[in-house]
Amino acid sequence: MLNYLWSGLIIISIVCSIIFENTHDLSQALIESGASSIELILTMAGIMCLWSGIMKIATESGLTAIFAKIFAPLLRPLFPNLDKKSDAFQSITMNISANLLGLGNAATPFGLKAMKELHTLNDHSDTASNEMVIFVVMNTASLQLLPTTLATLRQAYGSAAPFEIIVPVWISSACALAVALIIACSFNIKKRRDATQNLSRKRDRF
Amino acid sequence: MEFIMPAFACIVVVFGIVKKVPVFDIFLKGVKEGVLILYNIAPTIMGLVFAVDLLQSSGAVDAICSLIEPVAQWLGFPKEIVPMALLRPVSGSGSTALLTSLYKECGPDSFAGRVASVLAGSSETTFYAIAMYYGSIKVNNTRHTLLAAIMADTTALIVSIITVRIFF
Repeated sequence: MLNYLWSGLIIISIVCSIIFENTHDLSQALIESGASSIELILTMAGIMCLWSGIMKIATESGLTAIFAKIFAPLLRPLFPNLDKKSDAFQSITMNISANLLGLGNAATPFGLKAMKELHTLNDHSDTASNEMVIFVVMNTASLQLLPTTLATLRQAYGSAAPFEIIVPVWISSACALAVALIIACSFNIKKRRDATQNLSRKRDRF
Repeated sequence: MEFIMPAFACIVVVFGIVKKVPVFDIFLKGVKEGVLILYNIAPTIMGLVFAVDLLQSSGAVDAICSLIEPVAQWLGFPKEIVPMALLRPVSGSGSTALLTSLYKECGPDSFAGRVASVLAGSSETTFYAIAMYYGSIKVNNTRHTLLAAIMADTTALIVSIITVRIFF
């Protein structure tokens, strides 16, 4: 999927630049994008490593287990096949709680850890498991309770009430998350049904 | 709200000391893991930044926007938010840049400004998250992740316009 998406973006860009006679800008971007991506990676590096360290303390001291217990009733229905005490489930709860608090940068290391654990549970297959789909989809929706960066931006550009958009933001986020989860879950159920059918078919054969 | 991040870090460290965990040693171990994670996701980030930079510089975004804008206006979408809505799923910094320029042009309290604010607050950099999370474990077949995520983004866009209409 990503293979087609990525090559599609590149081909569209090159074709468009030829049509609009923008090839000069394009070759400039070709040269500069390497530098700008390294810049982004280095900016991320500091925050990522720092929060990975802090996350490790949280895991070793049992703090993540407490968070997992608090969020378990909420997240349990979404991950019915995960053990509540598993590393995967604990990383997921930490990721979600960091996201809710608006600590996007801190949430990423937890999320990557969760993916690693889910990958192990999925026998290192190169196909996404049901849990992975649900988890990634939750991360593509915005879970942040207080959009502080946004409010700061609004204030900087002279908004009379920077936080006035908060209720619409909540409603919109909730709807987006609901749609994402409904789609993800319904496809997951379909897959589970197919899997059980295959299983019973196999059983019939014996 | 600036205190949330330090408070969170402080709670973790204090809790570790209370539980008699060798906090600094474990912190170092965690940082090392962070470096490894970074090593795994760096190529994905590079590939994505590359594609997005090319797309923006080629004029493709402008062209698609000028195609969509009349349709958007006919549907009651403010046409100013079209570029941001298109760029939001792929580039956080790119869409923030477009958001600030929209604030400068229309003002944050205008209809377009409010819709753009709600949209920015209720959506994430979808493709970036998908590529990063799946890229880190080298999963190629993402199944219906993309479909669900795109539908979520579309919902966020539609609902942000509706809510701004209702609330203001």
